[in-house]
Amino acid sequence: MTFINYATREINCKIVYYGPGLGGKTTNLQYIYNKTAPDSKGKMISLATEADRTLFFDFLPLDLGSIRGFTTRFHLYTVPGQVFYDASRKLILKGVDGVVFVADSQEERMEANVESIRNLEENLEEHGFELRSMPYALQFNKRDLPNVVPVDEMYRTLNYKREPTFEAVATTGVGVFDTLKAVAKLVLVELRKK
Amino acid sequence: MPAAELVLYQEEFQRLDSALKKLRQDSNARAIFLIDRTGQQIAAAGEVEQFDTTSLASLTAGNVAATDGLAKLIGEREFSVLFHEGKRDHIHISIVAKRAILLVIFDERSSLGLVRLRVKRANQEMDQIFEEMQKKGEKTIGPVQPSSPFAEITDEDIDALFSE
Repeated sequence: MTFINYATREINCKIVYYGPGLGGKTTNLQYIYNKTAPDSKGKMISLATEADRTLFFDFLPLDLGSIRGFTTRFHLYTVPGQVFYDASRKLILKGVDGVVFVADSQEERMEANVESIRNLEENLEEHGFELRSMPYALQFNKRDLPNVVPVDEMYRTLNYKREPTFEAVATTGVGVFDTLKAVAKLVLVELRKK
Repeated sequence: MPAAELVLYQEEFQRLDSALKKLRQDSNARAIFLIDRTGQQIAAAGEVEQFDTTSLASLTAGNVAATDGLAKLIGEREFSVLFHEGKRDHIHISIVAKRAILLVIFDERSSLGLVRLRVKRANQEMDQIFEEMQKKGEKTIGPVQPSSPFAEITDEDIDALFSE
């Protein structure tokens, strides 16, 4: 749910990074955090287990600058990817404006990718949203690993509605900002339509 | 159904702002925040600059969402009040008008009883403001009014955000 505050002249939007466990959602946010100027970001919060697995969510507030005199602020969240945290995942999708799906390119994770997209679809529906009409970008992460599935095959299996799709290596930042920009643009375009 | 877009105009913002200021005074609290259920701060009063307000808003919303999940699991509709007791500072969280969260941070200059009492009173006023906001929102739902700056956002405007 976009929050437009005319009193403080701010637009706040919520973007959620979704995907299977250990796919690199948190790494995406960490890279964005590390590469953003201190005055345009807030503190990054990670609610993680002792083994550094996301337990509830990661959160990163980001100022993108102003548009028509309104400060645009994006709140980036990740969900916990592990299957058994489904209740938490549902909660985080509340009020979402745009979704990034971080797919793990490794062959052995393809089934988990497919399962996670299905889960995303179901959980969005519970909030009354449809993935088909939601601002959405797809990322094929971990392209630097040796056992990756070819891009065109991944595209055929995972691309849902011809959404913008990016190859990425989140640990070094390849594709990270491209993915964020794509989804942020879609969210703003959606705002224009409303 | 997804919640409607929340649009806050100057008039309602000022009314909420003065309601929060009054509540802070009446309850002797350190700071008070009004937060949307998705974790966006709507208004605040008191020693606001002492806190990382964005993080506070996001974690509070997460906390309320998790507690809501717990309530449903045991067959409750919601837990309308949460209280966290610290050594020095305490946090009182309550739901306003079903869609917003009121967070009160207080220390030994106040007490849980006083906060509860004052929050209850302030809730009634804020319920009313939110109701009016909703009505106003319903009137403007559909295509954004011509006066809205967003209907005219161009691709160049959007690209300019990412020019660096």
